[in-house]
Amino acid sequence: MSQQEIEIILTRHWASHLSTPIFIVDPQGDLLYYNEGAEYILGRRFSETGKMGADEWAVAFKMSDDNNVRLKREELPLTIALTECRPVHRTLWLVGLDKVRRHISTTCVPLIGQADRFLGAVALFWEMEE
Amino acid sequence: MRVTLWGTRGSIPAPGPETNRYGGNTSCVEIRGPNDTLLVLDAGSGIRRLGATLPSSLQRVDLLLTHLHLDHIQGLGFFAPLRVHGCEVHIWGPASATYSLRERLSRYLSPPLFPVFIRDLKSTLILHPVAVDEFEIGEFKISSAPVIHYDPTLGFRITTTDATVTYLPDHEPALGSGDLEMSEEWTSGYSLAEGADLLIHDAQYTKEEYQDRVGWGHSSIPDAYNFATMTDVKHLVPFHHDPGHSDSDLDRFFGQQLRTRKYPFLVTPGAEGMTFDLG
Repeated sequence: MSQQEIEIILTRHWASHLSTPIFIVDPQGDLLYYNEGAEYILGRRFSETGKMGADEWAVAFKMSDDNNVRLKREELPLTIALTECRPVHRTLWLVGLDKVRRHISTTCVPLIGQADRFLGAVALFWEMEE
Repeated sequence: MRVTLWGTRGSIPAPGPETNRYGGNTSCVEIRGPNDTLLVLDAGSGIRRLGATLPSSLQRVDLLLTHLHLDHIQGLGFFAPLRVHGCEVHIWGPASATYSLRERLSRYLSPPLFPVFIRDLKSTLILHPVAVDEFEIGEFKISSAPVIHYDPTLGFRITTTDATVTYLPDHEPALGSGDLEMSEEWTSGYSLAEGADLLIHDAQYTKEEYQDRVGWGHSSIPDAYNFATMTDVKHLVPFHHDPGHSDSDLDRFFGQQLRTRKYPFLVTPGAEGMTFDLG
C-alpha cells in the first residue's frame, strides 16, 4: 500500500478530531475515510466498512432528493465537487446502512494540495432538524 | 557517496562551550557523489563554513532547500559561491501556488533583513520550485515530496548507483498517524525513507517535551527511532537538535533511548563535522 499524500493524511487527522461528520474521497471518488460523526449518519462504523470504491459507496448509501427521487451518481454533490472541481452545497435524504432515512445538509469541497495538486474531495454534512 | 554534516542544530544557532561537540550551527549537509557532483542540503548557518572550503573556480552548485524557515536559509547570504561571478547556483525549494520561490527568498535577501538584494548577487541564480517531483543532478536521482511540518516543507530522497540518503530535518510524522494506526499508508515521509541506507531525521524533543509541542512540526527522539524502525532504514542520524539541549543533555537522551530497546539499525546522533561514506 503506497503512502497517501500528506494533505490527505492531515485531512484525515483533522477529521478524526472533529465531531462534525466528514467523508474523504480520493481523486477517483473512492472512499478513504469517514469519522465517528459520519458513522452515526451512515449507519456503520468505518472500521466495519473500510475503504469503498466510488461505485460501491454511491449505491450503499442511498441518496435522494426532496421528492424521493434517487440521485444518480453524477448528481451527488461529492461527485460534482470532484468532476467540476468546485464546492457544492445542497440538502438531500440519505438512507444509511442502518436503514434509517435522514434529512441531511452537505457541503463538498475539492482538495487542492501544494503546487495545485488535485487530491480528492471532502464532504462535511449534518443531520437537519425537522 | 560522501555525506558531511555542517550544521545539526534546529531553530536558531546555539554556539557555546556547552554545544561544542554536537555543534551550534543550523541545518546544512554536504553530499558528494562518486563523480564529485556537489549537493548542499539546506542553507542554515552551517553553510558558511562549507562555502569557505569550496574553490573559487567552482562552476556549479545545487542547493536543495527543504523549506524557507529562517534556520534553513539564514546562511544563504554568506554562502561564498553566490558571490562568484559566473558560478551557477541552482536552488531547489518548495513550490507555492501563490508566490514564486524568488519572491519568497527575496523577503530575507533584501533590506532591511539583509543588505544585498537577490538580484545583485554575482552568481547566476537558477531557481527550481518543486513539490512531488523526481529530477536528476549529475549522478544523483532525487525524489522530493511534501512532509508534515509547518508551512510547505519538502523531504528529499537522494540516490546514486551505490546508496540512498533520505533527508527529513523538520518532520512530525506522529501528527498524522499518532492517534490512528501507525501504517505505511498514513505516515508522512514513508515513501521517501523506505529502506534508505542513511536517514537524517528530526529528533528535536524528548518524549516529555513533545507533549507540550504537538503540532509544532518536529519529532521527539522516540518518534524518530520509531519512524526509522517502520521505514526499515539501515542507519539513523538524529538531527535538528533543540537549541536548549547541551552536549551532555544529548548524550543522556540518546543513551537512554538506546537502553529502552534494541533497534535493527545503526544510530549516530548528528554532530557537526561528521562524515558518512556510503556505498
